[in-house]
Amino acid sequence: MSKPPALTFTDRGIYCAAGDFYIDPWKPVARALITHGHADHARWGHDSYLCTDIAAPVMRHRLGAINIETIPYGAHRQIGDAVVSFHPAGHVPGSAQIRVEVAGEIWVASGDYKLEDDGLSTPFEPVRCHHFITESTFGLPVFRWQPQAVVAAQINTWWAACRDAGQTAFLGAYALGKAQRLLSMLDPDIGPVLTHTAIENTNVILRAQGIALPDTVRADASLDPKAHTGALVLATPSALDSAWARKFGPRQTAFASGWMTMRGVRRRRSGDRGFVISDHADWQGLLDAITLTNAENIYVTHGYTDIFNRYLNDNGWVSQVVPTQFEGETLDPQSDPQVAT
Amino acid sequence: MNRFATLFTHVDQSTKTTAKVAALTAYFNAAPHADRLWTIALFSGRRPKRAVTTTKLRAWAAERAGIPLWLFEECYPIVGDLAETIALVLPPPTCVSTRSLTDWITLLKGLHDADEDARKQAVLDAWDHLPTTERFVFNKLITGGFRVGISQKLMTRALAAATGKQEAELAHRLMGDWTPETVTWQSLIEDEDAGARISRPYPFYLAHGLEGAPRDLGPPGAWQAEWKWDGIRGQLILREGAHFVWSRGEELMTDRFPELARAVSCFPSGTVLDGELLVWTDAGPQSFNALQKRIGRKTVPKKLLQDAPVILYAYDLLEWGGQDLRPAPLAQRRAMLEQACAGLPDDAPVRLSPTVPFSDWDALAQVRATARAATAEGVMIKRRDSPYRIGRKKGDWWKWKLDPLTIDGVMIYAQSGHGRRATLFTDYTFAVWSGNELVPFTKAYSGLKDAEFRQITAWVKKNTLQRFGPVRQVPPHHVFEIAFEGIQASPRHKSGVALRFPRMLRWRQDKPVQEANTLDDLNRMLETYG
Ligand SMILES: [Zn+2]
Ligand SMILES: [Zn+2]
Repeated sequence: MSKPPALTFTDRGIYCAAGDFYIDPWKPVARALITHGHADHARWGHDSYLCTDIAAPVMRHRLGAINIETIPYGAHRQIGDAVVSFHPAGHVPGSAQIRVEVAGEIWVASGDYKLEDDGLSTPFEPVRCHHFITESTFGLPVFRWQPQAVVAAQINTWWAACRDAGQTAFLGAYALGKAQRLLSMLDPDIGPVLTHTAIENTNVILRAQGIALPDTVRADASLDPKAHTGALVLATPSALDSAWARKFGPRQTAFASGWMTMRGVRRRRSGDRGFVISDHADWQGLLDAITLTNAENIYVTHGYTDIFNRYLNDNGWVSQVVPTQFEGETLDPQSDPQVAT
Repeated sequence: MNRFATLFTHVDQSTKTTAKVAALTAYFNAAPHADRLWTIALFSGRRPKRAVTTTKLRAWAAERAGIPLWLFEECYPIVGDLAETIALVLPPPTCVSTRSLTDWITLLKGLHDADEDARKQAVLDAWDHLPTTERFVFNKLITGGFRVGISQKLMTRALAAATGKQEAELAHRLMGDWTPETVTWQSLIEDEDAGARISRPYPFYLAHGLEGAPRDLGPPGAWQAEWKWDGIRGQLILREGAHFVWSRGEELMTDRFPELARAVSCFPSGTVLDGELLVWTDAGPQSFNALQKRIGRKTVPKKLLQDAPVILYAYDLLEWGGQDLRPAPLAQRRAMLEQACAGLPDDAPVRLSPTVPFSDWDALAQVRATARAATAEGVMIKRRDSPYRIGRKKGDWWKWKLDPLTIDGVMIYAQSGHGRRATLFTDYTFAVWSGNELVPFTKAYSGLKDAEFRQITAWVKKNTLQRFGPVRQVPPHHVFEIAFEGIQASPRHKSGVALRFPRMLRWRQDKPVQEANTLDDLNRMLETYG
């Protein structure tokens, strides 16, 4: 390669010299383009932020008074010698793959993504490029997601059984994205849906920007836990086993995550049920996404990087692992629910 | 298979004992007899004879999934279970079969005489007819090891609820070397005449480790003390002229200890003794190391029989004159045992394990401190008026072991754990200094808290020097105190020693790596305790 690549990987984040900006940087920079509002991608301390109009409200809520500019999906913007545009990543509402073009060389930094239309996020759109930066959170062939409707039926069956046994159903999910997706999958005829405050705060923001979510009841201190029989409570993982949860009397606990694929992990969570659903792509999803970009050069970030990278190289791509500080879908109950996605 | 897979899922996913028992009870009420029998067998560690090697299974699974074998092998340690890895990588079934658990097992048994092509075809066909959980169960039928957190106790409780029989009786019925081929549900569980089964042992009563100080147990006069021997817990059954030897793991070991056959002439028919199987020489009882040579052998060469003769060191009498003595208090059983063993010839294969007299708890503590010299692991403390209970019931029997031996080792390799800890690095290799060199001497994988494992996992990820498959080499940086129960010479190990039951006692973050122990230290321990 005679000229330097349009994007490089630095210890602050993914950097574009032609436009002097970073994508999802983890150290403070002057100009940050942000794929989505999860805490491992949208960090505090940059001088200016650029994200999609749909992603902005949650970021403001999380990061406070920041200097933020927005851009709709598909619109082009010239920054220095680079042309950038944001394209749906299907991960959470407002999440984007960021396309960067410099002198005819096209890069896509995809952040986190999934291919299935969850009915809430703008569905993933493949973007043709020469260089594609991909996550690999679930980059092993053991991960294969069922269609959302199948998982929805499993969850609703479990909830109805809890209700019939006089138990409150507690479903653990992270506050942004997974919680709202689950919410949209629940059958309101089974019973009322209560939400933990951290989740409800995000719901309020999304509703205010016109995203339709089913009705929920905020389960804060003022709520009488016994007044809602047959309820399902959406809670952050750290709240599942708290004093707050115990006030609801007899209950069952379930957890929804791609990691629930593995029996060992399900047992380690020691809840009553594990539902396999993720806002990240499964093995086939990753391969499909990469194929659809037509890119020859792949850069593998957070996840099973080494294994996934070897597979890509063995199958005709030119791939390399790049170190980042993105986190994927974590399971650690101690982590901040905002960080853990 | 669906019914069994559903049961498996319920039992596997629930952490609540009552829910597990309820699911099992419902299953025992509804499933066909043959399936019930197989379920009991599988949950108590019995399985059909292996029809296919795991090497073949892996290759076929990778081929069917359309992935290279190396990728399959990378997935396996992460998932932590072969049967599960296979179940997950395969494409979804094209149609779902309604065969029962027993039908599938029959099919597997038929594969023994089939050629390889037919075996492969049958297995691929099965995979293509089973959803993920059923597929996992099917693979487990081949590979074995249904670890589902179903203790024998939970299973007997559920069986009792389903059949109306007593738990104790059922526990007794389930003992022994039956397989679903040799018994029926009717003969194993229902038939009134259980007397025919003369080989059947009693469920072992197991002691708990003493938690506090022994004085918390109250007045010493209510207790009997014995040495805790370092052998294999065993039950010797003498009925109708035959003898049977059972290990605590419910393994029939009669053929491994032919010297015990002579016990038939030492006691009347209808005698069952509980005690320790150990090697006995002119010097008295020997340590576990001496027994080790005998354990792996199904038949024993004459020379070994002479060099390492085994006896049962008896400490309890469970049956006398054909009568079940377990409800009687220990003091009474002990008196009868002493009487039964009185006048045994010197070369009898059964000896009476003595009690350890003590006046107060301090005196017992002093006795315990000399356990290693007595080739014992510590002392047992048993309540004089206790019946012989079933399983690990707290309160009447305590083991008060010596503190383990310890050594400080340096972590040099790390490997991720299995199952529950698949996402953490939990299995480490440790080394000691030999001059400026680090010599690996043991592996250990338990003893730390999850939070510590998480911390070390993060460190390993950042500090990997080299990878060998799932194993990561790390710089010598962390020191751990390793506890173990015994040490012996082992030419197979680079360090020349092998440890018994090594585990991590503490992460010595206070200790610089230079201050870990040396190979000389290990050799000194070998001289003293080996
Ligand atoms: Zn994310
Ligand atoms: Zn991420």
